[in-house]
Amino acid sequence: MTPIPAPPIAWNALLPILVLAGTAMLVLLADLLPPRESKQHLGALALAGIIAALVIALVRWGTDVCGFRDMVRLDGYALFFDIVIAYAAALVVLLSMDYLRRRGAESGEYYALVLFAACGMMLLASAGDLIIVFLGIELMSLSLYVLAGLFKSRRQSSEASMKYFLLGVFASAFLLYGIALLFGAAGSTNFERVAAAAARNPHDTLLLIGVALLLVGFGFKISSVPFHMWAPDVYEGAPTSVTALIATGSKAAAFAALIRFLTTALRPLQPDWTALLWILAALSMTVGNVVAIAQTNLKRMLAYSSIAHVGYMLVGLVAGGPQGTSAILFYLFAYVFTTAGTFGVLTLCERTGGTPEPDGDGAVDVREYAGLGRRSPALAFALTFFLLSLVGIPPLAGFFGKFYLFGAAVRAGYVWLAVIAVLNSAVAAYYYLRVVVYMYMREPEGAAATLAPSFAGGLALAIAFIGIVLLGVMPAPFVELAQVAVAPLLR
Amino acid sequence: MARAAFVLVALLAVGAALGLVIKKNVIHGAMFLVVNMASIAALYYMLGAEFLAVAQIVVYAGAIMVLFIFAIMFLIPGKDETGPDPRRWQRALALPLGALLLILLLAVVAAVRGTGPPAAGPATSGALYRALLTDYLLPFELTSILLLAAIVGVMVLAKRRPG
Repeated sequence: MTPIPAPPIAWNALLPILVLAGTAMLVLLADLLPPRESKQHLGALALAGIIAALVIALVRWGTDVCGFRDMVRLDGYALFFDIVIAYAAALVVLLSMDYLRRRGAESGEYYALVLFAACGMMLLASAGDLIIVFLGIELMSLSLYVLAGLFKSRRQSSEASMKYFLLGVFASAFLLYGIALLFGAAGSTNFERVAAAAARNPHDTLLLIGVALLLVGFGFKISSVPFHMWAPDVYEGAPTSVTALIATGSKAAAFAALIRFLTTALRPLQPDWTALLWILAALSMTVGNVVAIAQTNLKRMLAYSSIAHVGYMLVGLVAGGPQGTSAILFYLFAYVFTTAGTFGVLTLCERTGGTPEPDGDGAVDVREYAGLGRRSPALAFALTFFLLSLVGIPPLAGFFGKFYLFGAAVRAGYVWLAVIAVLNSAVAAYYYLRVVVYMYMREPEGAAATLAPSFAGGLALAIAFIGIVLLGVMPAPFVELAQVAVAPLLR
Repeated sequence: MARAAFVLVALLAVGAALGLVIKKNVIHGAMFLVVNMASIAALYYMLGAEFLAVAQIVVYAGAIMVLFIFAIMFLIPGKDETGPDPRRWQRALALPLGALLLILLLAVVAAVRGTGPPAAGPATSGALYRALLTDYLLPFELTSILLLAAIVGVMVLAKRRPG
């Protein structure tokens, strides 16, 4: 038996992921040591790991390394998403620290699972091979399934976890089947080899069926219509801090893999998938916004609104080219801050009562926000800004995000899609602004407690707030960053 | 001789699959599924895919079937599924759709002429392990992180809350 030669190991290409995975294991080990009553220090440790990954991503900006037979690639594109994901994870950890203690559900495993999920997300951003895409999605989703069911004694939480798990596994099966068929058609799962095979024989039946199955799998993960059925129940049932992670990080990561896969591996098939995505974009925007109008539960409303936002981002993918693709990246950056901020306010407003009570429902009905403007002006002010950014009011981040997306669509000749998108944005204003009306113009029913955000929660809101104002007031440098990031894809 | 054995095992696989569909008692159905999976493992072995055969036995006929039986024991207290089928119209669709699938599969089998075993000869388990530790080192290691996350997840969900 000849010894197996040691393969070259590209540590560089994996650095942010390794830091996150290492921190996750450290958190698990530190969980065994005292102090046992409080787990705040584990949250701080997790946060330190995420910040380290963020710093690495910022420092390595401008490099481009491949490793493991081109299975992973840490280029500008991956680094951009690493930064977005690190922000999302950091905000979620900050929001969780106080929230979990109030709900009596503090545990070291929570932070470890958030880190594992972030690890999977960054893997998706760097993936250059369908095997890595699959493993990244599984690592991310598996952690999120468990996190969604964290409040075990709350029925909706268990239901959300179960539903997310079953539908997620179903979607993964589609994804895996698609990967297997693509492997059969191309003889490899590597993006570049798939591209070569697709260029040789673009209308190979096996290839097309594989692509269709893969798109179904991705459709589930980004929750675009008609693969969105899980989103409202999961968003509603999961702990609000976990919902924030599902809505921001997991969406950004799935988009990262989808964009890289479509623009590099399937470039020869661009006309085909563009036509498909046109339909998905129009459906997601319309269904998401129209159904959101009828929701009084804020978490469900935000779930449908996030489906609509997926539709807007798909518009950018349909438009394609450097402008359309970079517009999605900018939009995702803005979206992560805005959505994390919105869910952050929800987290802080959840009713606590006198004792930690994991079974109690949080304040998620829009009526419970009546009079928030008087009770806690700071929270109401922040939530107003986040909602206005989601509507797309200038000069907040959401406005420029939409502006670039729809502008790219018009320039690429998809005028009708842009018209649908603009009409949908107008519809969306109704249900976002209704919350603002409740906060400032309605009197609360009964006695409602005043709320004061904790230090960590306040910090998270401040970061998100600065993010949307900064991206809105001076978008140009960030747009340039996004354009630099997508350059390696479109060579 | 080998051909006769292959046909015999293939018939066994199809028969077990039919038994799975026809039997009303779910436990009997599960037993038929075990036979079906084991005979497919035998088919893999005859085709020279020894690793696949072993994996089929360990993973499908072993682990997954245990899960199946567990789920059946937990979820279905009665012996037989009785009562009218709530999805009658779906049943009406099943026959034409099944026939369509059969025709498609036959067409694919007829269109794809077998090219024989791959030129490099049957993949031995040794070659497989070598590939896992060199070309596929990263997915191999990532799987261990995935399993760790899964173990932590199970602990979180199964752990009893103190007090």
